[in-house]
Amino acid sequence: MATDIHGPVSTVEGPAATPAVRVEGLTRAFDGRPVIDRLDLTLRPGEFTALLGRSGCGKSTLLRVLAGLDRDISGTVLVPKRRAVAFQAPRLMPWKRVWRNVLLGLDGRPDRALAERALNEVGLGHRSGAWPKTLSGGEAQRASLARALVREPDLLLLDEPFGALDALTRIKAQRLVAELWQRRGCAVLLVTHDVDEALLLADRALVMRDGVIAYETPVGLDRPRAVGDPGFGPLRSRLLTELGVDEPAASS
Amino acid sequence: MPVDHAPPDTSAISNDQPPFALEPVVPSAATRSWRHAVPRWLRRVVGPLLLLLLWQVLSATGVLHRDILASPGTIATAAGELISDGTLGSAMAISLQRVVVGLLFGAVAGVSLALASGLSRLGEDLVDPVVQMLRTVPWVGLIPLFIIWLGIGEAPKVALIALGVAFHLYLNVYAGIRGVDEQLVEAGQSLGLGRWGLIRHVVLPGALPGAMTGLRYSLATAWLALVFGESINADAGIGFLMNQARDFLRTDVIVVCLVVYAFLGLIADAVVRTLERLLLQWRPTFTGR
Repeated sequence: MATDIHGPVSTVEGPAATPAVRVEGLTRAFDGRPVIDRLDLTLRPGEFTALLGRSGCGKSTLLRVLAGLDRDISGTVLVPKRRAVAFQAPRLMPWKRVWRNVLLGLDGRPDRALAERALNEVGLGHRSGAWPKTLSGGEAQRASLARALVREPDLLLLDEPFGALDALTRIKAQRLVAELWQRRGCAVLLVTHDVDEALLLADRALVMRDGVIAYETPVGLDRPRAVGDPGFGPLRSRLLTELGVDEPAASS
Repeated sequence: MPVDHAPPDTSAISNDQPPFALEPVVPSAATRSWRHAVPRWLRRVVGPLLLLLLWQVLSATGVLHRDILASPGTIATAAGELISDGTLGSAMAISLQRVVVGLLFGAVAGVSLALASGLSRLGEDLVDPVVQMLRTVPWVGLIPLFIIWLGIGEAPKVALIALGVAFHLYLNVYAGIRGVDEQLVEAGQSLGLGRWGLIRHVVLPGALPGAMTGLRYSLATAWLALVFGESINADAGIGFLMNQARDFLRTDVIVVCLVVYAFLGLIADAVVRTLERLLLQWRPTFTGR
């Protein structure tokens, strides 16, 4: 059972005093076969962490556990009360206009202006009154981000949010996420299978294998980052090796 | 497979003499202009008009006897008389009232049962087998029982309509609720929606397209049930007019009543279309604008 450790979080946070996420001995089995097997994980407040892994390794299951969507678990899982998820598909309610989608699930009767502030932040203020069916893939994904951010989360969970976008839109969306994270300062867990994406965005990269965090490395590159930066190549090769992809020796 | 990268040898072909003959592509407008000169709607009207003309000619020449089927002219005159003396108006009002009342009762019953079995597993186990079992009984066959139970007044007619409506709405609303995208439900959960919030913001709007399909089917059934219900022991309404006309071999009046039934069905369909346009404008597949 997930437990909340943070009440309403004050704006001033001690650096790494209390973790944003603490997971100890987490196990999640499907039909007796453990997908997550006594996993330990700590995320610090304000830290951007990328979780890498091959498909089927359980990284999305871990994210769903942290989101509170999967509770058939054993072990200790401590997560902030205010957390938000952006999925691979935008998952907007097609029968609600964009701004109503953004406000969905908020307590009380929030104002449309609140939704529009969040939509402006992702550059979508002009589509506030649109039906989701009229949005492009990138716009829908940005609306989904606005819906997550309007909750002012202490933990933002991103489940391959760029996976379904075309290459050009993806670059823009990655930059947007980096900007939003730097402005908001929330802890981010980005689940992805794209090593470059992890190295562009994250402070720390984790590799999940056999149901546990099998490898982790800090990503100490200066921001803003580009794929060609010095130090990028070796990290990339190492992570790919951990993921079971051997690079040809000739490439960097 | 080895691929030959050399371009084809074209040295033998001289530039001013192509090795094949050319033919012009003739614009289609030049060949079929006479057919496009007549607007499409006019072309579509020609068939029915010809049929009507044939019918009138057959009646006028005596081939089609008026006791078999009255001529279009006679029917138009009969319609004019029925409208001017108010018979048709009052009969339509009574029939319409039966449909509306039956539809209301049937909708309340069908939708409530669908909500009960769609939204909870317990409800499903209790309600669904019963409804599925009763559904296999042909509802027209219940007319004798309804007459014994409810007499020959308005009640059996309204009950028959309500029954036909309830089953269609139940099936479609139930299927609509169960067909709601699981991913959207999960997204709603992750946004902090509770059980009632999920039902209100995710499940019910998601079931709306199914409900509208059910409404359309149930309206068609409602008219059918009306015709069945009114053909027995009616003392007012369009069915009563028809029965009376049958006794006097007035085929013209019978045809007028049939046309009225069709007309009312058309109006009902228009109402559902308008509802869909208002309620389902968010649908990606919506094309009715």
